[in-house]
Amino acid sequence: MLAVRSLQLGYGAIVAVRGIDLDVGAGELVAVIGANGAGKTTSLRGIAGALPARTGSIVFDGEDITGLPVHQRVARGMSLVPEGRGIFARLTVAENLDMGAYLRRDAAGVRADLERSYALFPRLGERRRQLAGTLSGGEQQMLAIARALMGRPRLLLLDEPSMGLAPLVTRLIFDTIRSIAAERVSILLIEQNARAALELASRAYVLEGGRVTLAGPSADLLSSEAVRKAYLGE
Amino acid sequence: MPEARSAAPPAASRAGPAGSPLARSVLSVLAIAALLLAPFLVDALLGRAWVRVLDLVMLYTMLALGLNIVVGFAGLLDLGYIAFFAVGAYLYALCASPHFGLHLPFWLLLPAAALVAGLFGMLLGAPTLKLRGDYLAIVTLGFGEIIRIFLNNLNAPVNLTNGPQGITLIRPIEVAGVSMAKMHSIGPVSFPSLYNYYYLFLVLTLLVIFVSARLQHSRVGRAWVAIREDELAASASGVNTRNLKLLAFAMGASFGGIAGSLYASFQGFVSPESFGLMESIMVLCMVVLGGMGNIRGVVLGAALLVTLPEALRYIGPLQRSLFGQVHVEPSDLRLLLFGVALVLVMRWRPAGLWPSAVRRREFVAARAAAGDMPGGPGISTDGKPSP
Repeated sequence: MLAVRSLQLGYGAIVAVRGIDLDVGAGELVAVIGANGAGKTTSLRGIAGALPARTGSIVFDGEDITGLPVHQRVARGMSLVPEGRGIFARLTVAENLDMGAYLRRDAAGVRADLERSYALFPRLGERRRQLAGTLSGGEQQMLAIARALMGRPRLLLLDEPSMGLAPLVTRLIFDTIRSIAAERVSILLIEQNARAALELASRAYVLEGGRVTLAGPSADLLSSEAVRKAYLGE
Repeated sequence: MPEARSAAPPAASRAGPAGSPLARSVLSVLAIAALLLAPFLVDALLGRAWVRVLDLVMLYTMLALGLNIVVGFAGLLDLGYIAFFAVGAYLYALCASPHFGLHLPFWLLLPAAALVAGLFGMLLGAPTLKLRGDYLAIVTLGFGEIIRIFLNNLNAPVNLTNGPQGITLIRPIEVAGVSMAKMHSIGPVSFPSLYNYYYLFLVLTLLVIFVSARLQHSRVGRAWVAIREDELAASASGVNTRNLKLLAFAMGASFGGIAGSLYASFQGFVSPESFGLMESIMVLCMVVLGGMGNIRGVVLGAALLVTLPEALRYIGPLQRSLFGQVHVEPSDLRLLLFGVALVLVMRWRPAGLWPSAVRRREFVAARAAAGDMPGGPGISTDGKPSP
């Protein structure tokens, strides 16, 4: 579904991602783990189109999307949940979700999906008329995910959904991600919380200094000596 | 059925502050009567000079509503907005005056002014797409000055704009052979020039208000608000941020161009000094003071800021009658009181006199959170290098 080949990204003179290869299959949940500054968020921004590729290619569903801007990738079924959530703080929960369906023309389907998001996240349903900026961190993360789902993506890009959240809330978010994956939505998950990410994903990539240093099934990585030492604190 | 969702918001707002349908229709009949009779009433009560002020209120309302699209809807701070007013004014002046000996008709020049000003809007928008906030403000400020300085200096080697002397003898507007500058009478009722302009401006102002309101509740309007709130999140929702920002610049500029062309024919004279930074700031104040993003608030802001300086003129004669001489020039007082008014509004009604729902929420939320809220929209997504 998603095939990234020797993607290089950077900011000005800084090269942050030095040519990575990465694949996400249909319905697969793939994680990217790594330390701060390893290039995780940059990679995701590149895949989402928020940062132009220096070299390399991004193929989505057989189509080369390397040069496409963000909104055209969204139109092709790719949805980004940005780092730090990026919700519309001064709009209500309902208005935020409505924006997520910006590209859709099927009003009835959108309404049905709105009800589905409230079923998936009952907290959002209770607060649908509340300003998004007044939600708690966990609720904002739920809103960001729900808004991305309103576009009916086939590939969901999640950037550090556990950032700044209490462990209990993190578990709730991760349970939600699992249930989204169960509905055959492919997910690329960027996560600093390596253990939780590896337990959730079927496959994972380890990013170090802008390069993929390890890749494979999560179970293998969980038992790998290097990963245990560097990322699981054992 | 599929139309139900998009039709919901206007219906809801209509049902909102309603009252009985009868009371509402009586009110709207009264409002229409007041608008139609306004020049006669104002003339009889306050004098002819105030009819002119009334005309200027309309003109500035159109101008402020244009800027409201850029600043209020899309959240792009534009400090050079008066340049589009200037473009519209000079386009009309050059094409309907003895300067080039051209006398193109009004119905051609008005859309042309909107179009050309819109193109200038895109010209400003295109290189500033990646800028936000204060950086954008600086570039737009520079753009406004560039236009003014060009107008001031394009009298040599080829005399295009007649430089600082400006362009005089601009032809008044003619609609269907009826000149706005002449007195007309229907039966016993006579319509002096200022009245004619009033009715013309009223029609166009209502049109501009209508277009603004439709834009606000459209898909485009929602996308603008999303861009204002968080640009990356807007594009992640599928909004073509580049085109929509350009559209905001172009739409806002075209309103300014229309107002400018009307201004040129109304005054009969244009010169570069009418289009300085102070004018841009004045229009911005109308938008901010009235209530950014809210059409009614912007109309109120324009009306207040046009009428207040005129009202202050009475201070001169008042001083003379009280103290026998003028101690403080009314024109000096104007800026002082203007500053005081701004401070008072910012202190007690920081969202503006008549803010939009979103702006009101924003300030209420900010006060409730008292520093708990993040510094601004998109602070964590603003192109921060995080390799």
